[in-house]
Amino acid sequence: MAKFTVNGEAREISVPGANPLLWVLRESLALTGTKFGCGIGQCGACTVLLNGQPIRSCQFPVNAAEGAEITTIEGLSPDGAHPVQRAWVEEQVPQCGYCQSGQIMAASALLATTENPTDADIDAAMSGNVCRCGTYGAIRRAIHRAAEMAGDPRGAQPGGRVETGGAGGDR
Amino acid sequence: MSEQHEGPIGAESETPDAPQNDAPQNEEADGKKGFSRRTFVKVGVIAGAGLTLGVSYRLIRGPGQPATDAAFAPSAFLRIDTDGSITVMVDRAEMGQGVATALPQLVAEELDVAWDQVSFEFAPAHPAYGIFGMQVTGGSTSVVQSWEPLREAGAKARWMLREAAAQQWGVPAAQIRMQGGIAINADGSELTYGALASAAASIGVPRSVPLKDATDFEIIGTSVPRLDVPEKTTGEAIFGLDAGPSDTRVAVVARSPVFGGTLSGFDPAPALGVEGVDEVVELESGVAVVANGYPAAKAGRDALLVEWDEGPESDLDDAEILRRFATAIEEGGGSVRDDGDVEAAFEENGEAIQATYRLPYLAHATMEPMNCTVWVRDGRCTVWVGTQFQNAPAIAGGGARQVAAAAAGVDADDTEIHTTFLGGGFGRRAERDYIREAAELAGKVSGPVKVIWSREDDMQHDFYRPASYHELGAVLDSDGKPAGWQHDIATQSILEHLVPVWIPGFAEHFAGSKDPTATEGASNHPYHVPNINVNFAKVDLPVPVGFWRSVGHTHTGFVVESFIDELAHAAGQDPYQYRRELLDAHPRHLAVLDAVAKASDWGSPAPEGRARGIAVVESFGSYVAEVAEVSVEDGRPRVHKVWCAIDCGVVVNPAIVRAQMESGIVYGLTAGLYGEINIDKGRAVQGNFDTYRMLRMNESPEVEVLLMPSGDDPGGVGEPGTPPIIPAVTNAIFALTGQRVRDLPIRLT
Repeated sequence: MAKFTVNGEAREISVPGANPLLWVLRESLALTGTKFGCGIGQCGACTVLLNGQPIRSCQFPVNAAEGAEITTIEGLSPDGAHPVQRAWVEEQVPQCGYCQSGQIMAASALLATTENPTDADIDAAMSGNVCRCGTYGAIRRAIHRAAEMAGDPRGAQPGGRVETGGAGGDR
Repeated sequence: MSEQHEGPIGAESETPDAPQNDAPQNEEADGKKGFSRRTFVKVGVIAGAGLTLGVSYRLIRGPGQPATDAAFAPSAFLRIDTDGSITVMVDRAEMGQGVATALPQLVAEELDVAWDQVSFEFAPAHPAYGIFGMQVTGGSTSVVQSWEPLREAGAKARWMLREAAAQQWGVPAAQIRMQGGIAINADGSELTYGALASAAASIGVPRSVPLKDATDFEIIGTSVPRLDVPEKTTGEAIFGLDAGPSDTRVAVVARSPVFGGTLSGFDPAPALGVEGVDEVVELESGVAVVANGYPAAKAGRDALLVEWDEGPESDLDDAEILRRFATAIEEGGGSVRDDGDVEAAFEENGEAIQATYRLPYLAHATMEPMNCTVWVRDGRCTVWVGTQFQNAPAIAGGGARQVAAAAAGVDADDTEIHTTFLGGGFGRRAERDYIREAAELAGKVSGPVKVIWSREDDMQHDFYRPASYHELGAVLDSDGKPAGWQHDIATQSILEHLVPVWIPGFAEHFAGSKDPTATEGASNHPYHVPNINVNFAKVDLPVPVGFWRSVGHTHTGFVVESFIDELAHAAGQDPYQYRRELLDAHPRHLAVLDAVAKASDWGSPAPEGRARGIAVVESFGSYVAEVAEVSVEDGRPRVHKVWCAIDCGVVVNPAIVRAQMESGIVYGLTAGLYGEINIDKGRAVQGNFDTYRMLRMNESPEVEVLLMPSGDDPGGVGEPGTPPIIPAVTNAIFALTGQRVRDLPIRLT
């Protein structure tokens, strides 16, 4: 039994403690926005925030999340209007889109600690996230743009908005 | 998975049983027989649609059918709801290349609606879509093949809506203006398309209507926002991995690690001992472990004791493969191009320049590993999958629908494919192995089941870009121009396992030793050479091969563009000018070459420690030239900047074309710098991103894309950005270091 908070909601999960957090999110909580890419922490598709810090949930045992606050892409903002998400739309970043939840979570963590990241900051923070469609240039532009949105009242604090966005789509 | 709610693509939501499937070889007759007016109305009601407009590819049936005719419903590309919303049915797979935006743009342009009124849905798998019932996304053909029919679909719907308005107002249609989804009468009164939709549905589809002149385009040629971007920033977009009913179980499959191996025995006990594992099922492809979720299924699969009969090729390795390639060339391949007299040219001119190029197998490594969800019950089969190949006549091997039906033991008529977003395709999802396997399993268990491939499963059981071996020779005339060109290619045939051999004359032109995907780009390269020989020696190997973004051009583009560079240097000439002179009969090649040379300031010296390389390749109807600026840092090449010029005919969405060029460049660069699947002991060595490296943010070059203005019909954009990048980089490496890179991936000495 592991107890933690996901997107502001208290959860109790009864799965083997060594099971990766990724599959608890996807299979037990139906939060399918967080993706499976490699299973060994090499691609970043599974990135979520644990107490505001980006982690690779495919490698993170669920019992190690005990008591933690977890934020997934569904909880980053109630309406997709986090500055990073808005910048992603404005720069038309996604192609296939599969890696983008992880990219957005990593970028939001970067901006939470670094208001105006340099290209070197972006390289350091984002090089753990693979994009097979090659959207790196667009991601870089979008992070700079999100940083420019600093004055926006919604702010750039990841995990600051904890309403559950829900995993459901209408497709 | 007890807490999981109903998935967004719910199995319980009975989509309209339209379009039902028909015998593909007799589409027109079946369309008329199978789709009565009643069926159409039923579809319309269920879908909440007022107007459903079908359009057929001209290649198959000619222009539009009357609305009352049965042929109206099955190939529905467009739906206008009574609330005025416009839904375009996208019959191609969206894997990042932008079809879910570009195809709706074609319809919206002629329909005269505002872009924010337009949405899309994925079309069902059905023979009415695609060419000859082949509903395939590949070969960079989506816009090319939809260019006319989808604009016609929009234009005809607009015409019908205007007729409906004319009838309602009792005025001549000619005095009604259509704009932004509204019909506007001469007196200023207005009716929305939504208000007209039901009336328009009873108006006959016109046989032909004029299409707009390109100068009047307002949506085509503009960077309207992608329709799929918002849901791809919130986690709501549904990929195959996310789809299916809430009570779906998960399976992980043990497959023979050796290519061509077969199952000889297994002990399920250790797998069944894993908490959460329900059952172990033998399949044609191996052994499936079915569990309550991925962790248990994976642990169960890993615990399974399996014995394989490794077959006759369990000692195969890279060295042996190269030896077989070289032997095949020695024994002589079949001629695929023979111009002039190459032997005489080699005798009459000076010393031959000779080179051998070797390229490895490459995995697709889509970000989303292969997966497929299938539910078989009551004689019906429902499939949730990201696929590039939804439908095809069974006799041609079948698409997802036919393959799933056969494997599940269900009629194709009772099999339904829900196409999801694809977390990358690149050709991998044109194969149907992962669908066949999941359907077979679903036919043997109860309830819905999702087969998930681990990254290692995905990488070690791919249909790889074939390894290849190229021997080239050339002689130069007194001006340094190639007088003779000899190119021998040894590789596997991709089409061999795919070609519909039942089509008369097809096999002898496309199968096996004639496989054009093995030599495309080499057999038809554009450089003026009076005497030229190209031969293809087909080699049979157990390693599965398939389409990989830009297919044959992945190797021929590299080889031809490297070798022409070698000849330029041997002739003591500038590689750009040398190409120019040999391309004088190819204005579109020349134009992109000139554009990219100008943008990169080709003649000027590169910054200290850097050099530039150039390459130009036509593929899939588009012309792409690229210049790469490269340095060497810590013994590794670093690509700083890439200039890319593309002439893809008319540009439907400039932002998407630019994005596809960047994408193709990163994909190719990843292969050039790192890509290599080694074969050892008959199996793939690399299994994950730790050993099969991906290009990352910190290595990603700045890319500048130039779009050539053009009035020509569209060419492809998903693939053509890839072929020129590796030779542009290796040509730059030669200019910088004097090392000619002939083996990939790039290793500096």
